[in-house]
Amino acid sequence: MSAVMITRKVRKWEKLPGKNTFCCDGRVMMARQKGIFYLTLFLIIGTCSLFFAFECPYLAVHLSPAIPVFAVLLFLFVMAMLLRTSFSDPGVLPRALPEEANFIEMEIEAANGNVPSGQRAPPRIRNVQINNQIVKLKYCYTCKIFRPPRASHCSICDNCVDRFDHHCPWVGNCVGKRNYRYFYLFTLTLSLLTIYIFAFNIVHVVMRSVDQGFLNTLKETPGTVLEVLVCFFTLWSMVGLTGFHTYLISLNQTTNEDIKGSWSGKNRGQNPYSHKNIIKNCCEVLCGPTYPSVLDRRGLMQEDSPAAANSEGPCSFDNPVAQTTKTTAPLIPNEHTPDDIKPSIAAEKSSGPKDDQPPAAMQPPLASPETDAETSIAKNQ
Amino acid sequence: MATEFHNLQELRHSASLANKVFIQRDYSEGTTCKFQTKFPSELESRIELTLFEETVKTLNNFYAEAEKIGGQSYLEGCLACATAYLIFLCMETRYEKVLKKIAKYIQEQNEKIYAPRGLLITDPIERGMRVIEISIYEDRGSSGSSSGSSSVSGSTAR
Repeated sequence: MSAVMITRKVRKWEKLPGKNTFCCDGRVMMARQKGIFYLTLFLIIGTCSLFFAFECPYLAVHLSPAIPVFAVLLFLFVMAMLLRTSFSDPGVLPRALPEEANFIEMEIEAANGNVPSGQRAPPRIRNVQINNQIVKLKYCYTCKIFRPPRASHCSICDNCVDRFDHHCPWVGNCVGKRNYRYFYLFTLTLSLLTIYIFAFNIVHVVMRSVDQGFLNTLKETPGTVLEVLVCFFTLWSMVGLTGFHTYLISLNQTTNEDIKGSWSGKNRGQNPYSHKNIIKNCCEVLCGPTYPSVLDRRGLMQEDSPAAANSEGPCSFDNPVAQTTKTTAPLIPNEHTPDDIKPSIAAEKSSGPKDDQPPAAMQPPLASPETDAETSIAKNQ
Repeated sequence: MATEFHNLQELRHSASLANKVFIQRDYSEGTTCKFQTKFPSELESRIELTLFEETVKTLNNFYAEAEKIGGQSYLEGCLACATAYLIFLCMETRYEKVLKKIAKYIQEQNEKIYAPRGLLITDPIERGMRVIEISIYEDRGSSGSSSGSSSVSGSTAR
């Protein structure tokens, strides 16, 4: 007559909803489709390798050794910005827990009053006034929250993202509040790198052709043709993209708002987020504070799962560990929970995470423990 | 199952979760983090208005300090950019420092003011900086009132 529950600690990223993929035990967060990201990496690394292999030796000797050095620095900066954009949390808003979702539902029902059956309920919209401008906050049915201003739900990643700009397949991630400046610096420095490589390719070809003739030059450095081709096409798109985002930054708008025309046309000049000053807008976006991730991907949490054979019905007897599952406990114990608080009438949940072994007899785990999970078995009698 | 769960809790511990209140964000000044100081009706019988307002205002001040755009944030931004943001691997950002201060402040408030009144504040960062969640606990000894595992307890008419 015994039921056995296995409690183990897992990292929170393993239980996050949404369609992201995580690597390095939660340190890296990307979208599911990464193919185009690999293409971006291949193009950048490939083109730069060709440049360093074919052009740089000649240019270092005949012009200046500073040329390859600067190219290396630029290349490293581009890669750092790309990886930072791709791997970081764009500003995902976590979904509402059941209590919060219920609370919001109650508020909505109270606001709507009684809707006669058969009639569609009014759309869930909340109006807020921001800097004397009325902004509508929409309700997200997936995340069960009213989206903060400028947030939007990305259908590819299935997350609400704060200050959502767009989902960029080239970096394999959404671009939002937390990684917009890295994205912008990536496009800017990649444009510069492309221009740099293109320019020095031309210089190299010209210089060598003067000595050896054009066709011989191409025969000796075949990589040049490939580089010029890639750079030519990349240049136009990257310079255009950088220019577009510079325009958006100066107006403090997101791509999403621009596409939807939120602050253009008849609404022009009414952007409540803009400081009406180009320098101030640029400073806010590029030099503003670095927002922390609210996802806590690497935090630990309890996960209870019933063990294989033995359990007889729900463990409803005096076993606090088995009962304090994530789904029923309103407070999710985690690293941030101040569990050295012992309020005089605290519920047992606040002492949950640290002491998950009841004083009763312990037995060796039924399942083999995973590398960073602790298994403990609670036994009922 | 909820009632059964609750009865067992009441058997063992002196308090049970009755309700939760969520203090929403105040967007009147833009997207900076700021919470409404409107006093929720559920807390009227539990805590004084001044104490509650003091807590929320102090939190708002902390967040304003973290998100302030001025000399220090520019310096941090430019320095970080110059090092290709690698400096964040070893240095803590200003926002993170303020978040630590906030966590300490909330813990202090919980210990001194809220817990003795049967309340518990959850750090907004655990709720995505969307809400300040205040959990209301009932003394088990008093009426076996609410089955509190759902917040739709109907205890207050809205």
